[in-house]
Amino acid sequence: MTDLTSLTLAEARKGLAAKTFTSRELTDAHLSAIEAARVLNAFVMETPDQARAMAREADGKLAKGDAGPLAGIPLGIKDLFATKGVRTTACSKILGNFVPTYESTVTSQLWRDGAVMLGKLNNDEFAMGSANETSCFGPVGNPWRRDGSNTTLVPGGSSGGSASAVAALLCMGATATDTGGSIRQPAAFTATVGIKPTYGRCSRWGIVAFASSLDQAGPIARTTRDAAMLLRSMAGYDPKDTTSVDVPVPDYEAAIGKSVRGLRIGIPREYRLDGMPAEIEKLWSEGASWLKAAGAELVEVSLPHTKYALPAYYIVAPAEASSNLARYDGVRYGLREQAKNITELYENTRAEGFGAEVRRRIMIGTYVLSAGYYDAYYLRAQKVRTLIKKDFEDCFAKGVHAILTPATPSAAFGIGEKGGADPVEMYLNDIFTVTVNMAGLPGIAVPAGKDAQGLPLGLQLIGRPFDEETLFSLGEVIEQAAGRFTPARWW
Amino acid sequence: MSTATHKLLKGATGDWEMVIGMEIHAQVTSKSKLFSGASTAFGGEPNSQVSLVDAAMPGMLPVLNEECVKQAVRTGLGLNAKINLRSVFDRKNYFYPDLPQGYQISQYKSPVVGEGEVIIELEGGRTATIGIERLHLEQDPAKMLHDKLPSQSLIDLNRCGVALMEIVSKPDIRDAEQAKAYVTKLRSIMRYLGTCDGDMEKGSLRADVNVSVRKPGAPLGTRCEIKNLNSITFIGQAIEYEARRQIDILEDGGKIDQETRLYDPSKGETRSMRSKEEAHDYRYFPDPDLLPLEFSQEYVDELKAALPELPDQKKTRFVAALGLSAYDASVLVAERESAVFYETVLDKLGNRSRDGKMAANWVINELFGRLNKEGRDIAGSPVSPEQLAAIVDLIGEGTISGKIAKDLFEIVWQEGGDPRALVESRGMKQVTDLSAIEKVVDDIIAANPDKAAQVKDKPQSLGWFVGQVMKASGGKANPQSVNDLLKSKLGV
Repeated sequence: MTDLTSLTLAEARKGLAAKTFTSRELTDAHLSAIEAARVLNAFVMETPDQARAMAREADGKLAKGDAGPLAGIPLGIKDLFATKGVRTTACSKILGNFVPTYESTVTSQLWRDGAVMLGKLNNDEFAMGSANETSCFGPVGNPWRRDGSNTTLVPGGSSGGSASAVAALLCMGATATDTGGSIRQPAAFTATVGIKPTYGRCSRWGIVAFASSLDQAGPIARTTRDAAMLLRSMAGYDPKDTTSVDVPVPDYEAAIGKSVRGLRIGIPREYRLDGMPAEIEKLWSEGASWLKAAGAELVEVSLPHTKYALPAYYIVAPAEASSNLARYDGVRYGLREQAKNITELYENTRAEGFGAEVRRRIMIGTYVLSAGYYDAYYLRAQKVRTLIKKDFEDCFAKGVHAILTPATPSAAFGIGEKGGADPVEMYLNDIFTVTVNMAGLPGIAVPAGKDAQGLPLGLQLIGRPFDEETLFSLGEVIEQAAGRFTPARWW
Repeated sequence: MSTATHKLLKGATGDWEMVIGMEIHAQVTSKSKLFSGASTAFGGEPNSQVSLVDAAMPGMLPVLNEECVKQAVRTGLGLNAKINLRSVFDRKNYFYPDLPQGYQISQYKSPVVGEGEVIIELEGGRTATIGIERLHLEQDPAKMLHDKLPSQSLIDLNRCGVALMEIVSKPDIRDAEQAKAYVTKLRSIMRYLGTCDGDMEKGSLRADVNVSVRKPGAPLGTRCEIKNLNSITFIGQAIEYEARRQIDILEDGGKIDQETRLYDPSKGETRSMRSKEEAHDYRYFPDPDLLPLEFSQEYVDELKAALPELPDQKKTRFVAALGLSAYDASVLVAERESAVFYETVLDKLGNRSRDGKMAANWVINELFGRLNKEGRDIAGSPVSPEQLAAIVDLIGEGTISGKIAKDLFEIVWQEGGDPRALVESRGMKQVTDLSAIEKVVDDIIAANPDKAAQVKDKPQSLGWFVGQVMKASGGKANPQSVNDLLKSKLGV
């Protein structure tokens, strides 16, 4: 039955409906895979009892024929999502053994539709990182290795656990979140599909906040179709999140296989970076040619403010984070360090509870909001953000339906290889993805090829607001052309 | 903006003028909190009215309570203020255990209500106009209890997140009397509107007072802010003390340090809480969890059309329609409950145009006088508006005299009952039957022949006879009839 883990979500759904196997069998297969893959450190909390109970319930419903669209499908949940009765930490020491009494809106919709929770997935602490190295539970291993190498590589971040687990066939799909590229970059590093929907498409209620105006939940899955199925359950207006948008959620799966003939695809010239590896260039043109072959029209476009996106992002995101993380103060829940007075309590708890990268961003954020610097940093960054948004609006106004870019400037790298001396080296990972968050647009990363060392590379498609469907249609074309990529098992 | 004369303080170097601005924190009357569904009821078990949002649990998001917005807009309209159709909620960041989020959601650069003005009533019928700078919505912090445990403080989150309106005045206030009148008037307006209960004992209304002094006509001096005053009396005392403290420093050649101070009512003095250098950097920025607050002019117009009559309008109407003096009218409208009482009396009167003014006198002099004496408020009045109206009716229609009416009021106050029935059953009815009175008049004239003889030369001694007759009739004789009868009998 080990083969059950290699099915796509769509295939598993068929098998469950046809009663070829049960959710219990499917779930057990994945639980065994998780156990065997602990070296990857993808899961920070396994919930086998809960998984089996949910699988049993799904089997009951499947037998009765009143099962939801994800009935019996075992999923992994990023540890940023509050799960009722199950420890939720954002992979930060400061939350300690925090167990929420509530369930995030996104996960509750997955359970509503019958999905099964296998456990909680590793991520960068408070989703701050691009390599999943800042987690208090330690780094996550990428199931992919360079050809002929034993070096463990990072799966990207911050949704590194999600990407690694999906790529290593430990779960059929995973929830993830994306503030500057945290879904798309790890998807690209692991040959999985990740979509960050339009800001406001998914409720943020019950997701530990990093930067409220940028955070958005989305799925990481094995195929474009699987991602479409997951997003349909995750998305939707939520009155508990006033930034979520009340627009109907379409049947995304219907977009899979839909013709892309006549769609205008923008190729932004500003994304052609100096010193970009030739294989990334090659991947990009290959992707463009696949879309062209499928009938899409390619047009060169300009997004002139792109170069300001990363610096502006590293002002806006830390500013919001510095405020969002103020609640972790040792007073009501989570870690509390001993102290003689309240100021010491704050200082000791936060110094002990937050890791170095989180502390760095809190300090940057505090600085850019402080009196005398607000106008020079935060306000200017917001103006840049408006300009970036306008770049995209102008582009879409000219009839462009979607924009094709590389997902990352490189393939996965080794644990500890980047950012040790200069955090900006790590931040540059998000150079192609942050603009999308700054503009609130949907973006999908799909596997498109491998580099010379046999590591997966991804392409990114950026869409119009609330037009995730076009991204799924285009993503499917690339997936069909590029084929699927599965890592050789070494763990 | 002030038109009235105001108090100057005498110093060794001459007169000093106070310049005062106030920030009033008024708790919004609403069932649930500003950004959560938790109850705002006062006096619940500690930490029993706390939502996940109030406790700032991870991943929780604020959702704006529209009722609070409505109340803020209505208050703004009551202050004749500009209503901003677009405003923004900002985060005010600081660490303190009374603030679980680590920031207070407030409005900084774009408040929901802009400039307005309030007319205040002063001694001797004077008025002054005080400018309103702005009104914004914000969250109340939690309550800290520092004296329950020896080495720890306790936190009660029930109040945390309750909506406050911060109403900021312009520095138009010139002395303690005006400051007290300003708070009184704001409270009255909000009570009329039902937007804040104004209960200072429960902390529903608190004031921060900015005080500086200067020589009349000189530029503004350096100000000190006195935080969190929770009674009108303390506001007056704190201002007087603080202004005097600043004058003494300045006259000694010193300078005022801008700082935040606290008033200690037991010592009657203010003391330093923190200096300008210690002031927080609040790092305000727009709250990314909340969209800008936007509503239409139609929404504002609808709320405006549905506003109740406010004290100034009511006062004008009482003067114009009922002929009350401006002073009496302002006494009646000062508290909404008093005005409601008076208007209920008016409604029950048999002849409103004849007796409306008399009813005002009775409410102000007899009822309020008696209530004050016993330390009761209008809600605790043993005499109902219906009963008072009946007493006034009885006077107006000539059934009882004013003097008997006071006895009747006393009976109603003590024992209750229907005044009309009491007049009947206790024989308090005024005697207008001339033959009955004539008998008494004749007897008194006969018993006092020398006094009767003097009346022709000293007409003012007629009053003595009136008094005697009234006394003999137990006050029930109609004084006018008695007067007429005596005049004809005595030939004056």
